[in-house]
Amino acid sequence: MAERHPVLAYAVRRVAIGVGLTFVVSVLIFAATQLLPGNPAIAILGRNAAHRRALHQLEVQLGLDHSAVYQYSHWLGSLLQGNLGQSYAAHEPVSTLLASDVGNTMILAGVTLAIMIPLSLLLGTLAGIRRGGWLDTLLSGLTLGAIALPEFVTGTFLVIVFAIWMGVLPAVSLGPGAANLVLPVATLVIAGLAYNVRMVRAGVVEVMASDYVEAARLNGVPEGRLIRRYVLRNALAPSIQTFAMTVQWLVGGVVVVETVFSYPGIGQALVQAVSTEDIPTVQALGMLIALLYILINVAADVAVVYVVPKLRTESG
Amino acid sequence: MSRLLEVEDLRVETTAGEAVVEGVSLYLDVGEVLGLVGESGSGKTTVALALLGYVRPGLRIVAGTVCVGGQELLGLREDERRRVRGRVVSYVPQDAGKALNPSIRVGDQLKELMDLHLPGRSTSSQVASALERVSLPSSREFLRRFPHQLSGGQQQRLTLALALACDPDVVVLDEPTTGLDVVTQSRILAEVARLCREAGVAAVFVTHNLAAIGVVASRLAVMYAGRIVEEGPVHEMLIAPTHPYTSGLVSSVPLHRRPGRLVGIPGTAVGVGDRPSGCAFSPRCSQSSDACTHGVPALVQVRPGWSVRCIHSDRTPAVVRLPRDDQEGAGDRGTLLEVIGLHAAYGRGLRRHTVVRNVTFGVVPGECLALVGESGSGKSTIARCIAGLHAPSGGELRFDGELLAPRARGRSREVRRRVQIVFQNPYDSLNPRHTVAESLLRPLELFTELSGRQARTRVLELLDQVRLPARLADHYPSELSGGERQRVAVARALAAAPDLLLCDEVTSALDVSVQAAVLALLSELQRELRLAMLFITHDLGVVANIANRVLVLEQGAIREEGSVEEILQRPKERYTQELLASVPELPVSGQIA
Amino acid sequence: MTTLVLREARATLPARRRRTGLTVSEWVATSLLCLVLGIAVFGPWLSPENPDALVGVPYSGPSRTHLLGLDELGRDVLSRVMAGGRAVVLLASVATCAAYIVGGVAGLVSGYVRSWIDPVIMRVIDVVLAFPPILFLLVVATGAPHSQMGLAVALTIVQAPGVARILRTATLEASTRGYVEAAAARGESPWYILLREIVPNIRGVIVADAGPRFTVSILAVAALNFLGLGQRPPAANWALMINENQGGLTANPWAVLAPAIMIAVLTISLNVVADGVNRRRDVAV
Repeated sequence: MAERHPVLAYAVRRVAIGVGLTFVVSVLIFAATQLLPGNPAIAILGRNAAHRRALHQLEVQLGLDHSAVYQYSHWLGSLLQGNLGQSYAAHEPVSTLLASDVGNTMILAGVTLAIMIPLSLLLGTLAGIRRGGWLDTLLSGLTLGAIALPEFVTGTFLVIVFAIWMGVLPAVSLGPGAANLVLPVATLVIAGLAYNVRMVRAGVVEVMASDYVEAARLNGVPEGRLIRRYVLRNALAPSIQTFAMTVQWLVGGVVVVETVFSYPGIGQALVQAVSTEDIPTVQALGMLIALLYILINVAADVAVVYVVPKLRTESG
Repeated sequence: MSRLLEVEDLRVETTAGEAVVEGVSLYLDVGEVLGLVGESGSGKTTVALALLGYVRPGLRIVAGTVCVGGQELLGLREDERRRVRGRVVSYVPQDAGKALNPSIRVGDQLKELMDLHLPGRSTSSQVASALERVSLPSSREFLRRFPHQLSGGQQQRLTLALALACDPDVVVLDEPTTGLDVVTQSRILAEVARLCREAGVAAVFVTHNLAAIGVVASRLAVMYAGRIVEEGPVHEMLIAPTHPYTSGLVSSVPLHRRPGRLVGIPGTAVGVGDRPSGCAFSPRCSQSSDACTHGVPALVQVRPGWSVRCIHSDRTPAVVRLPRDDQEGAGDRGTLLEVIGLHAAYGRGLRRHTVVRNVTFGVVPGECLALVGESGSGKSTIARCIAGLHAPSGGELRFDGELLAPRARGRSREVRRRVQIVFQNPYDSLNPRHTVAESLLRPLELFTELSGRQARTRVLELLDQVRLPARLADHYPSELSGGERQRVAVARALAAAPDLLLCDEVTSALDVSVQAAVLALLSELQRELRLAMLFITHDLGVVANIANRVLVLEQGAIREEGSVEEILQRPKERYTQELLASVPELPVSGQIA
Repeated sequence: MTTLVLREARATLPARRRRTGLTVSEWVATSLLCLVLGIAVFGPWLSPENPDALVGVPYSGPSRTHLLGLDELGRDVLSRVMAGGRAVVLLASVATCAAYIVGGVAGLVSGYVRSWIDPVIMRVIDVVLAFPPILFLLVVATGAPHSQMGLAVALTIVQAPGVARILRTATLEASTRGYVEAAAARGESPWYILLREIVPNIRGVIVADAGPRFTVSILAVAALNFLGLGQRPPAANWALMINENQGGLTANPWAVLAPAIMIAVLTISLNVVADGVNRRRDVAV
């Protein structure tokens, strides 16, 4: 059966590895959060922490008197049942706390990707096909600049221009409304586009120089079909990995942009949680991000195997 | 009479203005096969591509006309030219594996191409017959395969099918059999010959393999340094060439039915931009005179249908075939290398496959033993095991009676010194960041007591021994030609003063004339230094010219063993016979000097 | 059997590196890079005033004595800009170099020696890469607050796997070359082979990777500082300054613009130079 559906077989294997990896990462996350100094029980009780008995009772309740291994398995068990725990800081279940943040991040990521992926494919392909042409040189220069700029610099510049000077867009985006999204999305697109365009271009350039593209030309295949069936089809594989990394970045790493625009996303929530030592929230967010990372990797790997027929039999 | 293909005075230059191809004129009539022969740097591939009105990036066609089926190609717009390609004139590329779109299935490759040029005609039966024409299966399973799931021979047949799919008038085949093993090669050659006859297709067959061309072509054009230097009927030309380069080339082809001493052509091929004024070949020519440097000789007809570009063509010597300098028999000198029941495999677990099965043989001091076989026969693996690069999975290796450790690191310095190896790929075997001298000094440092000035002197001696000029010592490999690099690799092996030299297909990547020179060098060295050699090759002609004894391998096992005469002239095993029958042989006049 | 391109004719390029001149943009970039690095490293000793001294009204505009005006607390922006680069550049450089050492050794050993080491290293890399770097950096930043050393270690751990992977691939490829096999047949030790045969030939890969990697480090350090997880105020730090002085954007934009421009110029010129080096690498060999 594995021979008949090599892609499926690979996907199954890859998912299994991903699950294993998730467990390992969960251990690491748990261990890392144990590093956070301070006694959570004290943090929760605040002023009332002076009451020894109340403190001790809470500690028992939180399971803090048990071994690390016990605490870990208890935590993992709850996670698997969907219970993300109770936030120390907000005295609310973590799930309710994070629901809107997660949603906001997804919307931001979604809109950004919807713009960035087609745009980078288009620009990268055009630049790669007419290598050395004016578009290629122009894009090379622009992307070089954009890659190097930190997001908070770009974001700040955009705020200065559009919010302060021109006053057309809000300087802070407290929610995923249309006007609120424009500047953050623009910042993210500028930051991410550069890298993706370069990788797409590199893939296209390499394929354009291949023997089979030349052979196709010699067989009289017209340029349009050549680009579609011969170039893009085969140049896609390295770009898939790049896009996957971009999605990972959008999901877990845009805390800077969120800070510049005060956008309530996962990144901000994480920084908040870490600085207030709200361990369950940190753990839940960490696991969420890690899970998404691993999922994206698995999806990318399977997509690559699908797109590159050669890998289907080799991975068997 | 309008010819099917007519090329007039073609000139192709680099963007920097250097000539790659100049003054090339060709023609083809219906049903003819023209062989286009040349070594590296001759421009033959550029000409082949120009026949489709195509040049590679960095080149420009600046003059000449190319008429195919009555249509002049070079004056057309690009999209008009595209309609002609694949339909009127088509191309069979050299490396089929790389020339097929890896993401499109076999059946779709054909169907899409036929849809393109012959809309409405790409029914499944048409596709099936296109495949059957080149002896490929037309089953549904086969049609659904991807190119990487085909063998090398099948891939080549597929590109052939693609080229023929739309019934072109002219097919250009660019070295279509390079890289295939001998038996497959001969089959493909036969197919091509048959197809051209049956389909009435005219073909230009580009190759560096002179023996193969005799099977397929009726006329032959030889190129050197971007020009055609001789053109005429294939058989007569190969027996009695009129251009000194052709003569040198033919003399360099090792014949397996008539073993002899090879000579090669002195000097090195010229690269683009280095071409001398006047006759490009004169620096290497034994019959050149002062007049040869004043202006390029014109292509002059010496007989009907036969022209040559040489002012002294009447002085061209007949093809030289020297007899071998046979060394004395091995005698009773004891065995130097003993291979006993050797097994070797690659991969682990489920993917493990055995490439060498129970191989036993010995090498005697001073003799040259050839290991012959197709790709996959395990011959390279045997050499690597002996060199200590691959750990055997069974059996014993003994050198001078002493058991050899599986890896070179585990062997004593003496043993490592006495067994040296030269590899196939000259572009790979020298560290690009070390000068020639540095590469040669290292083994001296490791295996001899020489140092400082003495070592430097020895380096120069070694270069002299392999007939390289001393000034190359401080050059980097990228400044050397393939033949020169291979000589450096040999010098590096000799630096250790070994007793056994392992040669792993050391001439397979070289041009014919260069191969002849390197083989001549190795023969001489073997005699002078009384070296034992284990010579790995797939080329029976090479075997005939350098070996004393031969071992024939198939799928990892020894099929036959014997002296060179026995194996080549009186083979007993069917495999050996089939192998010998598959090798195309040059026509010879029967004269041996 | 391999199909090898028959390139018998002697190469027409002399292999000694041809002096391909620097383009205008490369000259500009190199000079700017040197300038910014110079300011970052030597700035603290050369600044006209004490970067921490309160010398006037907050957010005053540029004047003759204070060329870039004053910041949110009334400190001289110019002096703070000159003093503010060192921490960023130093931390990024140390972390990246450490990543190259750790990741480099891992990649080289993994790629050449293989055997059991390779799968182990690969799995470790997989796990580290699966761990969201942001989380890691945040946890370290909080666990060891404002510790430059902690951040450096964290950043090294984040960067090292990428280096290891790239070098492993390059080493794997180089190991198949004839000259490496020839060395193995001579019985050379793995260290000799790695250092004398392989590394000189993967130099190009390392250089190509270095530019982008340094940039990422600089941006990461800047981001961390911007979020307040790096140096503690009142330290002069370019990224911190961008955050601190946002309130005075309309009053004295230079307090934000000057450090922002410094960071931008640093990273852009670094990339242009890296790109230029890269392009030469493709031409030369």
